[in-house]
Formats: sequence, C-alpha cells, structure tokens
Amino acid sequence: MELDTWTFGWTLALIGMGGTMLVLWFMSLIILLIRKAFPVKPEKAPAKKG
Amino acid sequence: MESALAFGLKGLFLGIANIGIGNVIMIMIGSALLYLGIRKGYEPLLLVPIGFGAILVNIPLSEMMAEGGFIRFFYDIGVRTEIFPLLIFLGIGAMTDFQPLLQNPKIILLGAAGQFGIFITLLLALALGFDKLDAVAVAIIGACDGPTAIYVSSKFAPHMLGAVSVAAYSYMSLVPLIQPPIMRALTTEKERQIVMGAGKLEPISKTTKIVFPIAVTIFASILAPKGAPLIGTVMFGNLLRECGVVDRLKSASENEIANIVTLLLGLCIGATMEADKFLKTQTLLILGLGFIAISLDTAVGVLFGKLMCMLTGGKINPLIGAAGISAFPMSARVVQAEGQKYNKKSYLLMHAMSANAGGQIGSVIAAAVMLSVLQGMGIVGG
Repeated sequence: MELDTWTFGWTLALIGMGGTMLVLWFMSLIILLIRKAFPVKPEKAPAKKG
Repeated sequence: MESALAFGLKGLFLGIANIGIGNVIMIMIGSALLYLGIRKGYEPLLLVPIGFGAILVNIPLSEMMAEGGFIRFFYDIGVRTEIFPLLIFLGIGAMTDFQPLLQNPKIILLGAAGQFGIFITLLLALALGFDKLDAVAVAIIGACDGPTAIYVSSKFAPHMLGAVSVAAYSYMSLVPLIQPPIMRALTTEKERQIVMGAGKLEPISKTTKIVFPIAVTIFASILAPKGAPLIGTVMFGNLLRECGVVDRLKSASENEIANIVTLLLGLCIGATMEADKFLKTQTLLILGLGFIAISLDTAVGVLFGKLMCMLTGGKINPLIGAAGISAFPMSARVVQAEGQKYNKKSYLLMHAMSANAGGQIGSVIAAAVMLSVLQGMGIVGG
C-alpha cells in the first residue's frame, strides 16, 4: 500500500494515540481483574503449639 | 635508510595531516558531552561513553567504525541486531516496582497521554520534510525513553541514531528544567494547590505482582505483536524481580547485564557521530523536534490531568499528568516539588509515581503500537 506523506502521518498519529490509550485502558482493567482474582489474604494467626 | 626514516616520520604525522575541521568540532562536542556527564551529572551512565565514543570515532584514521573496527564489532552484534536496547529493557524491568501503578490503575491513562507528543512530533517532522521512517525515528524521542528511542531509530533510521540518542538522553536529564514552566503555564494556582488524599491504597498480593507482567506480555503482545520484544523484555525483567525465586538472574539483569550493555551501547552510539554524518542541519532539526516532543508530552499529560480533575470533581491534581512520561522517577519528583511550592500540605509523590510507572509502560506500548501500525500499513516488513 503506497501512502502519501500526510495520509501516512495522520493515520499513524490517530491510530497511534488512540491505540496507546486503548491498550493502556485495557491494561488498567486487567490490573483490576488480577487484583480481584488474587486479593491479599489475611495473615493466618500462628498456630498454638502443644 | 634516509627514505625509510622519512616514511616512518610521515606515518607519525598522518593523523595530523588528515584532521579536518569536522573532526575538531566533533571532538569538541564529544568533550562537551563528557563535561555534561561528569561535571553536571546529566545522565552520566550514557553521556560519558557516548562522549568518549564520539571522540574516538572522530580521530582521523582510527577506523573505529570501519569493517572489523573495534567499536564496529559491538555495533554490528548489539545495535544493528537491536539486542542492546532490549537487554537494557530487561534491566529496567528488573529495577522497576510497578506497585504504585497496581494500587492505582486508572492513573495509567496519564501514561498514555504522556506519549501523545510522539505522534504530534511525527506530523511536525513530516511537515519539515523528513521522510516517513526518519520522521518516526525523530518522533520517538518523545517517548522520553532512551532504549525505546535507540530501538526504533536503529531499526528505521540508523544514520540518525547518534542525534536521536543524544537528544533523548539530554532532554531526559533536563526534565527538571523543561517541565515546571509548562506545568505552571497550563494550570491555575487553585489546581496546583489540590491535595490528593493518601487515599486507601490497597495492599497488593504477591500473586498479583507475579501475574501482572505475564498478563501484560500476553495481552499487549497479541494486540501489538511487533512490539513483543520491547514489552516482553521489560516484563520478563519484572517477573524475575517479583517471582522471588531467581534472585541471581534478577541481580544479573539489573547489574552485570545492564552495566555491560550500557557501556557498550553508549560507545556504539557515540561512534555513530562521525563528523560527516552528524554535522548537518538535520541534526539541529532533530534536537529541536526532540525538545518539542518532550514539551508536548508534558503539556498533553497536564491537560489530560485537568480533564481527570474535572471528571472527578477536583480530586486529581493536574500536575501529576506531567509525570506520565518515562523519565522515572525524575518526573515524579519534579511534580512533588512543584506541588509543594504551592501547598505545603500537598504530597503528590505516590500519585506521581503511579503516573510515572504508567509512563514507563506507556512509552513501550506507544512504540509497540507504532511498529504494529507501520507493519499493518506495509511500511515495514511483517
């Protein structure tokens, strides 16, 4: 595909900005999902001996 | 005998006979980089080897970059193959604690806004007459991330590697000077005084920290496969850090490997600064556009911070938007210092660190997206 300079520039700029924003937004959702899936477990009280 | 003496003496003066004004200027530029690194402390780990490499390669007849030359050897195996910047990413991943980001994931969006300077600069570079791939290499200075800039420019415009790298590292070290005026110009005093609560920063489980780099690698690499080497090395380094069972590998990644590669990479970049390749009007344009790129990153980051401030009813201080770049943790410190100037009760550091960690990931993702779009458009091979 042979693109002229400005079609190339605007396409890369718009998809680049939108794509970066989208990927990072998805990433924030993934982080929330992982946090929900693997919450911090409360520390177990040490078992009493004897 | 007399003629042998004459030829011998002539050999001693060959260097002097071949020195040109370009060599002298470049040796002075190399010395200036050494001065900035050693006396001013500007990114010394890179500017010292770059400066020395620039001096070495501009000594007439030294043949450092000729076929089989001392630095050419490392250039061929490490820069042309793109291995050196990737190994640096491994070290960065091993050194970076993403916990602030995991605690406050919505802030990652500031890390995306902080990359917009790349794409606006791309348009400026095209307007100034750079050809397509050269414009991509110039624009990537806006990632404010040395290894990303080196990776992309060595891939698409190796003839500009020296200028792009010097611009990227110089401006990264000048972040404390470049950012504050832009932050002040785009925010009101009232906004700069906003106190962001320490909030309820949730503790993060060890499993989350381990799963994060794996999930990011899979997800981001599937979306932007061309960027898989960039994302994969950063996240692999981070996995070594967080999994807790390979301390030797983590230590090697952040120390031995990172140190050796930084040294060789710096020398190689310096050695691309031969007078006939560097002393061009184009170099000045690259330096100027690099400055604009990093300024735009800051400006868009702050403006996005203002938007988030508006949407959250004034709970977010827009200054933290400036930290959405990859200069970690320098940019976060700049935000903290700026916030303190206007409100002594304002502690923005933790929030700015989240944005800064987002900027680190953001710069890699922006480059990955860029590479994949270029592949999609058929500009680079699949």
